[in-house]
Amino acid sequence: MRPLSDYLNSFLFVELLRAMRMTARHMLFRRSITLEFPEERTPKSPRFRGHLALRRYPNGEERCIACKLCEAVCPALAITIDSYERSDGTRRTTRYDIDLFKCIYCGFCEESCPVDSIVLTRLDTFHMEQNEERVVNKDQLLAMGDKYESQLAADRAADAPYR
Amino acid sequence: MFETLFWHAAKIWAVLIPLFLAVAYLTYTERRVIGHMQDRRGPNRVGPRGLLQPIADALKLLFKEIVIPTYANRALFLIAPTMTIMPALAAWAVIPFGDGMAIADINAGLLYILAMTSLGVYGLLIAGWASNSKYAVIGTLRAAAQVISYEIAMGFALVGVLMAAGTMNLGGIVEAQRGPFWEWFWLPLLPLFLTYWIAGVAETNRAPFDIAEGESEIVAGFHVEYSGMAFAVFFLAEYANMLLISFLAATLFLGGWHSPVEGLPVLGPALAWVPGTIWLILKAAFFAFCYLWFRATFPRYRYDQLMRLGWKVLIPVTVVWLVVLTGLIYGGVGPWF
Repeated sequence: MRPLSDYLNSFLFVELLRAMRMTARHMLFRRSITLEFPEERTPKSPRFRGHLALRRYPNGEERCIACKLCEAVCPALAITIDSYERSDGTRRTTRYDIDLFKCIYCGFCEESCPVDSIVLTRLDTFHMEQNEERVVNKDQLLAMGDKYESQLAADRAADAPYR
Repeated sequence: MFETLFWHAAKIWAVLIPLFLAVAYLTYTERRVIGHMQDRRGPNRVGPRGLLQPIADALKLLFKEIVIPTYANRALFLIAPTMTIMPALAAWAVIPFGDGMAIADINAGLLYILAMTSLGVYGLLIAGWASNSKYAVIGTLRAAAQVISYEIAMGFALVGVLMAAGTMNLGGIVEAQRGPFWEWFWLPLLPLFLTYWIAGVAETNRAPFDIAEGESEIVAGFHVEYSGMAFAVFFLAEYANMLLISFLAATLFLGGWHSPVEGLPVLGPALAWVPGTIWLILKAAFFAFCYLWFRATFPRYRYDQLMRLGWKVLIPVTVVWLVVLTGLIYGGVGPWF
């Protein structure tokens, strides 16, 4: 009996029609899951690792103390730091460069930072128009931090209980 | 003399311009329909709801360079696209869009169609051979074997239509199907109708029979080396052929320009105002939609499975049904004979 029903199934296109019913159902009743990218964006986790930024304390003092832990931990050797002794005796950076082409956005720099200075923002879309622009310097990183400070602080607070 | 020439040209353009528009928007419909079947959206950025997308695509292809490979046979390489589009457009000459509304109302219409659809594959063969590329040659070999195999099944299916209608004139075939939808040929010729449609999908090298293209195995088959407008011409020919097969299926098996409720007591007069051409286009549109539906649903046939289906399933089915059909015709069964 089995071969006979197999014959009938293939001659009556039973399985083909079942498959076509499924695609028709998806076309008619299922909503498309596509997001219209520039207007719609996917929701992001507080732990999202995007473009890098340097943060400041609320009084405007930059957090970075030039300990160079991030430079040491960076697996891609993307960070370059030079430091000096400021007049008040603290160690500060004169140079804090990140090569965005080398950076792999692993987040180790943020993990290693004792003062939560270097952080990864939620910014996932950015571009450069010149090759040299791949290296972002301290001013650009601080500006990035200033721009997203409220978001950064909120994300760190949200993640704090799990650390 | 000049006047007749002018009218012939006018008739040709009256078919070709809507045909080109239909081809352009078939590509758009394809991307939208398959997109929605796969829970995507399809092109929706160029113009309202993406409606200008085909025009943008055409412009892009027009401005692109036609790259001719160094070791290609230049003359054949450039002739091949023309050889595919020529029969794809020429076959439209005999399609009756309404009562007596064919460019050429010839008595051997069915043979002409068969000849034109088979000629199309020569363009493919020459394209693959002239490209002098491995993938193109493999695609060409596959296309040749496939078209030869499926042409037989298709020819037999058309023989059935010929026997039932008693004429090769396409207008005559539609006339023989006068009446409501159960008097059309799809019912007495059901196995032939399905065979014709499967063979038609295979003839146009469309999914699930697109092994000549097989983008996942042999890149694009016969047209790997083509770019710009030369590629667009292949594309145009493929879609014109799809529409042609759809219109033929509607003409030969679904009563052409006849309304599905013709001759019925209430519905018949109520829908009598709809012109026959609209009915024909609606029927053909259903088949064209099926092309897209199949492509979104079925995976590609393996080469040996394709051959098995053609030779060991479709051809026996048609032969058996031709014998049955002979009996039906001699017995004068049903309203058809």
